[in-house]
Amino acid sequence: MSAMTAQEIQEIALKARADFPILNQDVNGKPLVYLDSAASSQKPQQVIDAMTAYYHSDNANVHRGAHILGDRATAAFEGARDKVKSYLNAPAREQIIWTKGTTEAMNLVAHGLTPQIEAGDEIIVTRMEHHANIVPWQMLAERTGAVIKVWEINEHGELLMDQLDELLNPNTKLLCFTHVSNVLGTINPANEIIAKAKSVNALTVLDGAQATPHFAVDVQDLDCDFYAFSSHKIFGPTGIGVLYGKRDLLEAMPPYQGGGEMIERVSFEGTTYNQLPYKFEAGTPAIGEAVGLGTAIDYIQSLDREALDAHEAALMAHAIKLIETIPGMSMIGTAENKVPVMSFKIEGLHPSDIGMLLDQQGIGIRTGHHCAMPLMEKFGLPGCARASFAFYNTHEEVDQLFAALAKIQRMFA
Amino acid sequence: MTSPSLESFKSNPLGSETTIEDIYDAFEFLDDWEERYGYIIDLGKSLPEFPESERTEDNYVHGCQSQVWLIHKFDADTNKLYLMIDSDAIIVKGLAAIVLVTLNAKTPQEIIDLDVEAAFEKIDLMRHISPTRGNGLRAMLELIKKAAAENS
Repeated sequence: MSAMTAQEIQEIALKARADFPILNQDVNGKPLVYLDSAASSQKPQQVIDAMTAYYHSDNANVHRGAHILGDRATAAFEGARDKVKSYLNAPAREQIIWTKGTTEAMNLVAHGLTPQIEAGDEIIVTRMEHHANIVPWQMLAERTGAVIKVWEINEHGELLMDQLDELLNPNTKLLCFTHVSNVLGTINPANEIIAKAKSVNALTVLDGAQATPHFAVDVQDLDCDFYAFSSHKIFGPTGIGVLYGKRDLLEAMPPYQGGGEMIERVSFEGTTYNQLPYKFEAGTPAIGEAVGLGTAIDYIQSLDREALDAHEAALMAHAIKLIETIPGMSMIGTAENKVPVMSFKIEGLHPSDIGMLLDQQGIGIRTGHHCAMPLMEKFGLPGCARASFAFYNTHEEVDQLFAALAKIQRMFA
Repeated sequence: MTSPSLESFKSNPLGSETTIEDIYDAFEFLDDWEERYGYIIDLGKSLPEFPESERTEDNYVHGCQSQVWLIHKFDADTNKLYLMIDSDAIIVKGLAAIVLVTLNAKTPQEIIDLDVEAAFEKIDLMRHISPTRGNGLRAMLELIKKAAAENS
């Protein structure tokens, strides 16, 4: 890393930016500044082209056609699964289940584990979770009589590691936590947490939606039981996501939905289910989207990740330095180890007003509760504004954000 | 809980003294987005005070990005529906002021017949009340139309 200059890093990032055609446009008469990648990332031309080519030349249903297009579609679809397997370093392709996204993956696991959970069992969920990693467990608890235990955070937005030792006990069946917080940007010490969970034989379920866009994940190194992420946050299309699970757990879980594809044999006397991964993939899957996600993974792997990580870190450092130029502005989530996500508040300004007036200046951020109401409650906020950076953002865009914030502050003065 | 008196509802000049024509006139002199939003901010700040005791779950308008409250009172004597709106976000309050100018102190039939979208379209604020915006304005309008229908 030390060999690369700041200028070389920026050149690599700019070259990658050129792959994203959507960024090159004006909105409200100003150049678009897209700072909402944590909500959904933009897609490189490579992904758009791959999906177009699929529909242009190869489209058919998978696993059933007695024809060449069916073969091609199946090869592309299953090829994408292999790419995800390698990307996560999963032991086997059968452990990669397609879902609609992280949310569906969590619901699938919560449904699948229901027979194993009993009244009085404990499920640990952290304060910083997205609703997608809270509500499915609450529903599971309602079904089974299990109890939800909340793992709290400190004022920087870091999990209280000491508290985990107190929470974990022989009744703990599940520990559900996000690898990276969508609001705070905190990167949680996943290996350490998983090791602690194992000491009481609790299963671990990780929300990887915000981690996978920023760094490589190795599920064997983590040794987690389940890991989920969404395609649209890692430069792939919407409508598809991934659930990785340990094989014996996936084998033991009942199917999630019934229908075609997930069966081996159907009769009115009784139906037997297909093997992994198809047992969990009822109905015609999102084939074109799988192709797009596979291409997104190829794309990410083609990039100089080290340089782009350094670029993202530099963008974040640049933004943090500019915070003091806006009186009353403060960042929410000041963990030492974090991805380039800047949630913030400005005294006297409502996040909704900030969002609307940034939009007028061509700058797109997210405002509101960020699907993390328990976290907002902890910080005593009805909501906040969040600027999130990807490697395709530039230092000039960070400057534009702060110039726009200064202008907004003047408008309210 | 007693709701605010009819008098306090009636004291709101928006929709009675101030009309949508006044808003149109003001917008005509505003050149760019900054001035237009500056005006909306001023409108928001000038919104009559909303009783603290009415900021309840019952009066809460479920939007997404900001908190909005709405109360209304029908005056059978004058056959008019009176409205009060509040939000914790100033621009939403400003947009609410424009809603009030359009719909406050009108007869239920007038409210039902009024094309609020057209008014917003004219001052280029349509996107704020489009269904794709999660700011609660749309829900606000639906509640007002519903209240009008119940009293017509």
